Amino acid sequence: MNNPHSLAGAKPLSAAAFDRFAREVAKYPADQAQSAVMACLAIVQQEQGFVSLENEKIVADFLGMPPIAVHEVTTFYNMYNQRPTGRFKLNVCTNLPCQLRDGATALAHLERRLGVAMGGTTADGMFTLQQSECLGACADSPVMLVNDRTMCSFMSNEKLDQLIDGLRASQASPQGDAS
Amino acid sequence: MMSPDQVLSQFQATGVQTCFHDRHIGAQIYAGLDGTNWRLADYEARGGYQALRKILTEGLTPDQVIAEVKASGLRGRGGAGFPTGLKWSFMPRQFPGQKYLVCNSDEGEPGTCKDRDILQFNPHIVIEGMAIAAYAMGISVGYNYIHGEIFQSYDRFEEALEEARAAGYLGDKIMDSTYNFQLHAAHGFGAYICGEETALLESLEGKKGQPRFKPPFPASFGLYGKPTTINNTETFAAVPWIIRNGGPAYLECGKPNNGGTKIYSVSGDVELPGNYEVPMGTPFSKLLELAGGVRKGRTLKAVIPGGSSSPVLPADIMMACTMDYDSIAKAGSMLGSGAVIVMDDSRSMVESLKRLSYFYMHESCGQCTPCREGTGWLWRVVDRIHNGQGKATDMDLLNSVADNIQGRTICALGDAAAMPVRAMIKHYRHEFEALIPGYVPKTPAKA
Repeated sequence: MNNPHSLAGAKPLSAAAFDRFAREVAKYPADQAQSAVMACLAIVQQEQGFVSLENEKIVADFLGMPPIAVHEVTTFYNMYNQRPTGRFKLNVCTNLPCQLRDGATALAHLERRLGVAMGGTTADGMFTLQQSECLGACADSPVMLVNDRTMCSFMSNEKLDQLIDGLRASQASPQGDAS
Repeated sequence: MMSPDQVLSQFQATGVQTCFHDRHIGAQIYAGLDGTNWRLADYEARGGYQALRKILTEGLTPDQVIAEVKASGLRGRGGAGFPTGLKWSFMPRQFPGQKYLVCNSDEGEPGTCKDRDILQFNPHIVIEGMAIAAYAMGISVGYNYIHGEIFQSYDRFEEALEEARAAGYLGDKIMDSTYNFQLHAAHGFGAYICGEETALLESLEGKKGQPRFKPPFPASFGLYGKPTTINNTETFAAVPWIIRNGGPAYLECGKPNNGGTKIYSVSGDVELPGNYEVPMGTPFSKLLELAGGVRKGRTLKAVIPGGSSSPVLPADIMMACTMDYDSIAKAGSMLGSGAVIVMDDSRSMVESLKRLSYFYMHESCGQCTPCREGTGWLWRVVDRIHNGQGKATDMDLLNSVADNIQGRTICALGDAAAMPVRAMIKHYRHEFEALIPGYVPKTPAKA
């Protein structure tokens, strides 16, 4: 993919995504639909893996706000992907409480195991590996967040290997669904 | 063949290590939890929603509720320790328009993981606490803003809200009274700064999370410019117990000016990292013992007592402290969010400070020049000292940059970045100096 922001080949957002947008908007006063922008962008990312400029415009139209105001949100918050990532985005916490309990060791193990440096994506497009700031699960260290929504705790090197093997295997199966 | 979700489910925390253990003392918020009993019926079986029922059926007035909270000595559990009842009394009672209640569940202060367990394993206690607070302040709409990284807890809270609405604990005419309260959940998506209350409000309005200048304070100009009260998750969770048992009983659980129990997140070099709910004023030595002591039989070197933004304290000072706002403040640090980061005698303070400085650089929102530029400067200097490339003038430079950040920014993130630097240098200056080639101390090593 030469231009990661291009719509070429991207599926349009599903009808279900728009239903979810509407449920988020309903939480706020009628003239404050913009409040739902964080949730709408997270829904876009869950469905498409990242937030394209085209989908920012769609969210902007839905919420009645300028596209640049949506782009400000996408670029300000760390968890929004502005370009496609691997099938599984792995965020390993290395902040001080985790650094004291093998957080950095876990990240280094994954770098070796996956053959990519922090920030990189494996050649098969399966894994993107990132360092993250505090996930708020300090007593569970080493901790990692998978695809923004699933926290994995006490990730020893052995468990990291099991996780990588398990996720790879899940993709070899025709039943492997999207998480 | 397993699906990705099935694979990942094998690695999810059960809560046994951090929450369902028998090493709490006089637990109120975490009492009786086991991971399966988070639903409404379980909460009711533990006495849940009786406080709200008592208020509405016995006709307690808002003033009586606030008086009870004032008498309890409850202080804000998010970090600042401001008296909760006093904060509630600041809300304009007769304001004719909409007012809002906001729960700050954007738990991102490094070391802190207590609210996650509350939301995951006892979500209704937060809902009941918020419903009581809203009643006391005449508020009809509330939001709980939850850290984006704990998305599972956000989903769980949404489920709990559905249960509470279906049972008539939220919505219109709650328990056949005239009291209405609508409560919704919102989430962040990776920005430490949104734990700052005005940044949180900006984020809740659908904007970049950049803090607002204060005054005006949220009580007069908050969400959508309307009067707003913001409390931490654990603060709300403390409220039902106070109403059921009375403010004086809550105060009695702790020590004067520091009422109740407090949940401490103990992380770092201990045998049993986890959350510990104990009475305010519990000796630090007791908390360390509950957490299994220093890991591998090593010796305690230092403790960051209240989250990464609080100044580090050496072992001897810390061992003489009790865990409450006043004792930790007297020792020169802050109780903050109650996140206790323990470091043993093998730890390099230069390396620890380097990681913290990187964090503040990464999370500075960029709005104020001293913080935006200063946090990066601090990190670069600590990084070069750590790499053995420090200069003789770097110790003075670090203090100077920290001085020029602290107190010169819109929000407290600047202070939070500066204070660890100053405290690390104050107590462990010799470790930094030892890494600087050819450094000759101008002053005695000990501060």
